[in-house]
Amino acid sequence: MSLLEIKNLHVEIEGKKIIKGLDLTINPFEVHALMGPNGSGKSTLSYTIMGHPKYKVTDGDILYNGESIINLGVDERARKGIFLGFQYPMEVSGVSVENFLRTAVEAKEQKDVPILAFHKALNKRVEAMSIPRSFLDRYLNEGFSGGEKKRNEILQMAVLLPKFAVLDEIDSGLDIDALRLVSEGINKLIREDRLSLLLITHYQRILDYIKPQFVHIMVDGKVVKSGGYELAQQLDKMGYEWVKEE
Amino acid sequence: MSTSPVEPVENVLEQPVDSKYVFRSKKGLNEDIIKEISSRKQEPSWMLEKRLASYEIFKKKPIPKWGPDLSALNFDEIIFYIRPEDYKSMKWEDVPDAIKKTYDALGIPEAEKKYLAGLVAQYESEAVYTNLKKAWDSKGVIFTDMDSAVKEHPGLVKEYFMTKCVPAADNKFSALHGAVWSGGSFVYVPKGVKVDIPLQTYFRMNTKSSGQFEHTLIIVEPGAEVHYIEGCTAPRYSISSLHSAVVEIFVKEGARARYTTIQNWSTDVYNLNTKRSIVYENGIMEWVGGSMGSGVTMLYPASILRGRGARAEHLNIAFAGKGQYKDTGAKVILAAPDTSASIISKSISKDGGKSVYRGLVRIGSNATGAKAHVECQSLMLDDKSSVDTIPIIEQFTPQSSVGHEATVGKIDEEQLFYLMSRGISRDDAVALVVRGFIEPIAKELPMGYAVELNRLIQLEMKGA
Ligand SMILES: Nc1ncnc2c1ncn2[C@@H]1O[C@H](COP(=O)(O)OP(=O)(O)OP(=O)(O)O)[C@@H](O)[C@H]1O
Ligand SMILES: [Mg+2]
Repeated sequence: MSLLEIKNLHVEIEGKKIIKGLDLTINPFEVHALMGPNGSGKSTLSYTIMGHPKYKVTDGDILYNGESIINLGVDERARKGIFLGFQYPMEVSGVSVENFLRTAVEAKEQKDVPILAFHKALNKRVEAMSIPRSFLDRYLNEGFSGGEKKRNEILQMAVLLPKFAVLDEIDSGLDIDALRLVSEGINKLIREDRLSLLLITHYQRILDYIKPQFVHIMVDGKVVKSGGYELAQQLDKMGYEWVKEE
Repeated sequence: MSTSPVEPVENVLEQPVDSKYVFRSKKGLNEDIIKEISSRKQEPSWMLEKRLASYEIFKKKPIPKWGPDLSALNFDEIIFYIRPEDYKSMKWEDVPDAIKKTYDALGIPEAEKKYLAGLVAQYESEAVYTNLKKAWDSKGVIFTDMDSAVKEHPGLVKEYFMTKCVPAADNKFSALHGAVWSGGSFVYVPKGVKVDIPLQTYFRMNTKSSGQFEHTLIIVEPGAEVHYIEGCTAPRYSISSLHSAVVEIFVKEGARARYTTIQNWSTDVYNLNTKRSIVYENGIMEWVGGSMGSGVTMLYPASILRGRGARAEHLNIAFAGKGQYKDTGAKVILAAPDTSASIISKSISKDGGKSVYRGLVRIGSNATGAKAHVECQSLMLDDKSSVDTIPIIEQFTPQSSVGHEATVGKIDEEQLFYLMSRGISRDDAVALVVRGFIEPIAKELPMGYAVELNRLIQLEMKGA
């Protein structure tokens, strides 16, 4: 059975049609890359998978483990193991990263998590990811640099251990070293925790670290071309005009 | 705070107490009741005269019309004085079960409860137990209940009690307070003495229609420092009740005082207070307040910055739930050069609650170099609730600066989406955002109080 199956998806926001008949199937333990010009609807797709209430599914369906999820709440989807790494993570003032993460783990496990044990485990985790500990005491994304926000997304994913993640431009804003660290973090989750992935990106570079088995190109709300890793290389050289013309 | 050195409770709280009432004043107010209160307390005649003079003022003063509607407040229905029998001090075992239960309900840890018990507390209008640390005694620090202070420290009380800070004539409720005040705390910190452990009191009120009129008088002599903490919780009643406290704080040259309070009166209480400090040269006054509960609250802690370089900081959080009207804010009078003030006021409204920030910043004509900054943030959790901001700024010298920022907002749906995308339910996500909103104030509270505030807000969020 496929892990995620998107069938003939149509999505509107405030009456505007953004996704116009999109099909995409992701099997367990696969890594897919999704590329496409600005405004083609990649983030819209990621929000829709996560269940953002503003994005209305007008036709088609999204199946996760064979079950439709389009009527599930955002938190329910998350608890089923779906994760979204945001292109623009939100800031929440006054809520420390640690506190937030504990609340999220408690929600996932549906039970109280002892503060001290969690604190220790979390400290180990950030150390392993070369993230400074001070990160944990800071308010969620407040005053974080663009790169720090992205690393925080990966930290959250590493703590929550989803089965399927959409990472929306996780590579943008990262310096060369951070890109390597983030990619290593993701690869570890793929390897050890059997994470399946939809990786949205504009750049070939991250795909050198995280090798996708499939690459899809999205234009104007539809997947217009799919292929293997070589498709990304081709895009890198030739741009999107070539796909659009085809 | 739990780690603060505290004497074993057994040593400091002696003598058991039977908290049956021997005397319960009738409803309503007249001269006879005031005389009876005074004689019950075996007060000196000067205090009785002061009470009667205040009563005359009270009768003449009109009910304030500029704020919340107080027309349902019926002075004939209020009990103005109650006292428990033979109060003195008590052992932890003797702390009333209801208080212990409230501690439990608030999730206050064991160590914390003992800490809270090592204090002057008010039970039924009067302090029933007192703990004054010996160390403070030896430094000349006085921390006692106000009734005792009248007898034991008449000189200080005559000079400072409702004279230059909050005179009876200040407003209708301060006049009423002057007539029927009962209980409260008296704090005197001699020159240069720094009290490093916060002085705490715990007020309770649990008789129908019992007015609470405790008086807090804090005198911090030059170079001295003190942190005074006051908190209230109350069971629910059905009959309107009135709470009208007065707090007077004198911060002398180079001294520093912090006054922290969390109030949580039951929702049928009118909570109408007058709290004010006078700050002398280079003194620092800090007000940290959380206003929960109550039906109608009017509370505007005031700082009068009288000496050069004096400074005031006001931090306030108000929560207005169903049927609640929070009219709160701050008043700062910058009356000397180089004085400065910072006001941060936050409010949360829910289920039709109304919260109003009412603030005054006045920079006097001689206050050159004065600086004031006001920040109001209001969070509305639904469409039924409302907020209002009434900031008054009066600047009588151009050589001064005032900044004002106000933000009013609904809870951000994008933030909720982000939190929920990590599996957190909508309710928990809202609670998290609200906690974050109050965090700048909660983090200024001693740990037990921060826990308590968070618990209270969570209870309120559940619509309890
Ligand atoms: N909240 C919204 N209100 C109105 N239009 C929106 C909203 N969100 C997205 N859109 C529109 O939908 C289209 C697709 O946007 P989306 O963010 O999904 O693109 P994208 O492929 O992620 O682009 P980029 O590569 O720049 O991140 C755009 O035209 C955008 O303006
Ligand atoms: Mg995008």
